[in-house]
This record gives sequence, structure tokens and C-alpha cells, in this order.
Amino acid sequence: MREMMLIIIGAVLVNNIVLSQFLGICPFLGVSKKLKSALGMGMAVTFVMTLASALTWLIQRYVLEKMQIEYLQTIAFILVIASLVQFVEMVIRKTSPDLYKSLGVYLPLITTNCAVLGVAIINIQKSYTFAQTLTNSIANALGFTLALILFAGIRERLEDANVPKCFEGMPIALITAALMSIAFLGFTGLQ
Amino acid sequence: MINAIISLAVMGAIFGIILGIANKKFVVDIDPRVEAITNALPGANCGGCGFPGCGGYAEAIVVGTAPLDACGPGKDEVRKKIAGIMGADVGESKERKVAQLMCNGGQDKAVSLYEYEGILDCYTAKTMFGGPKVCSYSCIGLGSCIDACPFGCITMGDNHLPIIDYDLCVGCNKCVEYCPQSVIQLIDASKLVHVRCSNRDKGKLAKEACQVACIKCKLCEKNCPEGAIAVVDNGAGGLAEIDYSKCTNCGICVNKCPTNAIEKIMPINIEAINKEDTNNTQSSVACNNCGLCK
Repeated sequence: MREMMLIIIGAVLVNNIVLSQFLGICPFLGVSKKLKSALGMGMAVTFVMTLASALTWLIQRYVLEKMQIEYLQTIAFILVIASLVQFVEMVIRKTSPDLYKSLGVYLPLITTNCAVLGVAIINIQKSYTFAQTLTNSIANALGFTLALILFAGIRERLEDANVPKCFEGMPIALITAALMSIAFLGFTGLQ
Repeated sequence: MINAIISLAVMGAIFGIILGIANKKFVVDIDPRVEAITNALPGANCGGCGFPGCGGYAEAIVVGTAPLDACGPGKDEVRKKIAGIMGADVGESKERKVAQLMCNGGQDKAVSLYEYEGILDCYTAKTMFGGPKVCSYSCIGLGSCIDACPFGCITMGDNHLPIIDYDLCVGCNKCVEYCPQSVIQLIDASKLVHVRCSNRDKGKLAKEACQVACIKCKLCEKNCPEGAIAVVDNGAGGLAEIDYSKCTNCGICVNKCPTNAIEKIMPINIEAINKEDTNNTQSSVACNNCGLCK
């Protein structure tokens, strides 16, 4: 149990996937203009990341290692994640049109999200068990959502702030992201 | 080597088959009419119809929850196309509506309350004592409606009141929704007489706040031959309001109003939007068929 707690705290705060490992920067900057869409993206990533990590763990364990072709990890994982996202999209579209509408725009974005692939590979590198893999991926997704929501909140306020002309838009967003990253450095040593 | 090729090929094949089956099994019927209507719409995504973009409106039409004539920018042409796709009657052409500013209190007419030097946004200015003018009902004049207009038909006048270009306005309702003071209204383009005031304070207070305020004297109400204008108290206070279904554009109230709060504008080119209806041309620009000369 203690180990699980350490994994969760480590993934959410200490090694935050966006602010410390710099994975998934694209949606972090792209979908953080409004709090509502940030939340939607966070939910979609949580969903896909958990499923993808579970599936890639199984593939690694029962296919790649059995065949001794671990060096094909990256390409195999991308194959798995891409098909999974497509499959999930189809299923959601059929079974729950409302969920599809709220996630719809973000799901295809996740197909090429390096955070999802990153977490899947980290799980293997740290040789986690299946339960640990699930915990780690959910925690990482929560960390991603947390960073995204914090950032979106700040950016919404920046809209009304009197930003110097040369820093308007993306420059001030990047500076904000950097400051947030420094703030998250404060969690180092928590473990 | 062989291992790698075979296992990746097998994995790819399995995923492919699964996706193929899922595609068949989880197929969602998309009505071809949705795409046809989306293509027929102007694609401005202005949201004037009340739906999220043109795609959203097209879906709502097919489902049956949206009227066929809600698209302002699309004009009559698009309405006919949509009716054709849906197999419905074309129906009578809908009268064109344009946005009208219900305030004439520019910097020269309205008394200012304080010097505003904040962000140039009406919402921000409104948070400080209800805006920089004494009249809290007035147009704030920082031009948030200009940003809201997706068709670029609003410009800022010298007296810091927005000027709406009636020829360009398509009646999308964006500025009406966006204005924090609600001083913009969507009114039929054939109506030319408008009360350019939204102040609901008592006459004396209104007069102190603005030279061209409605002072609720009821002169317009007493002189209107059609009974179309009246000082209406909606609970928050009285204000001269025109019942546009009765108004004949005669302009008597314009002459009677002691503060010039009522204004008659030049006829708007209604044909600009319904190009087909060319047979109802008027003989003179000044004549508006009010019938008073008879």
C-alpha cells in the first residue's frame, strides 16, 4: 500500500509528466485556453492512458518478451495505442453519443500524444507489476490533468490581464508554463 | 528477424481485423442530409442561430429541433437550399433583421461619471460603478460589440458610439448577446423609427444624465396615430417603447419628442438581402409608404 502511495505521489507531484518530464506539451499548450476543455482533455487522457498502459504491459509481457523482440517496443506500442484509440472512439460513438460529443475532439489528438506512449514505456522500464502499472498510469494521467487545469485557470486570468504587447498570447503562456515547472521543482525530495 | 516480421505482421493483422469488425458492428448512421446542409450553409460558424457552428445547426435541422430559417448570414438563398434538402415548403421569405443601437448618448451628449483608463472592454468598465457614464443604462462605448461582430459591420464613431452598417449587418445576433448593457436590439430592417434610449430612470434623473434621454413625457404616446408607441413600465422603470407590429414609420413621434430621443433613419436597402424581390421598388427613397399624404 505504501509503495502504491509513493507511486501516486511520485507521478502526480514529483515527476509530473508535463512539468518535470516534458511529455505531452502539445495538448498542454493547445487545449489549455478554457478550463472546460482542459477538463475534457484531462478526462480523455486518463481514460486512454489507463487502457493503453494495461494493454501495452500485456503485449510487452506476453508477446515481445516471449518472442525476444523487445527492441520493437516503440513501434509495437504505437501500433497498439493508435488502434486502441480508434477502437475506443468507435465504441464510445455507438454506445454513448453524449460522451463522444464531449470527448470527440480530443480523442484523435491523443493518438499521437507522446505522454501516453511515454507512460507505457516508463511502466516497462521500471518493471512494474500489472497493478503498479495501472496505478502509475492513472496517477500520471491525474498529474497531467492537474497541470492542465492549473495552467488553463492561469491562462483564463491572463486573458484579462494587461500583458505587454510583445508577450501577448503564446510567449506569456510559455513563460507561465516555465514558472509552473519551477514551482513543481519544489516537490523534489518529497520521496 | 523472421520472428520480428511475423509477430508484428500478426499483431497488425489482428488489430486491423478487430478495427474492421468494430467499424461494421459499431457503425453509426449519419444522415447524408446533415452533410448536404452543412455544405449549403455559409460556414461562418457565427452561432447566430443558437447552435454551435454550422455543423451543429445542420444536425439540429435534421433532428427536427431547429427551424429552417434560423441562419441570418445565409439569407434567402440558403434557406431555400435547406428547404430543398429537407423537402419542406420554401414558405414566405423571412423579413431581414438588423441590429439597432438603442442609445444615442455619445461623449458629447451623455454626462460622464469618471475618467475611465482601464482595459478597453465594456465588461471590465461595467464592473466599475456600472460604467463610465452617469446613465447606467447607456452604451459604454468601448466597442466590445465591434470584436463580437463576425462580419465586421460595426465601427466606432467619433462620439464613441458604435456605428452599425445596416447594409452589411446580417442579423446574426452576436452583438446583441454580447453587449453587457443590452442596448443593441435586432429589429426588422423595414422599421425606420427607433427610440434611441434605454434609460429607465425618472424623467429628471434621465435628463440630468444625458441630453438625448427619454424623459417619459408621453408626448409620443399621445400623438401617435397608430397607438404604436407608449411609455411602458416593465417594473424597473418606464421607457418609451415602439410596438413594431403597429409602427408605420410616419415619424410624428420623432418631431414631437422634446429631447430628440426618437430617431428616424434612412431606409435600409432591404433588397440587399432578398435580391429576387425586385418588383416592390419604391418610387422615391424618402417615401416609406406611410399613407399620411393621402
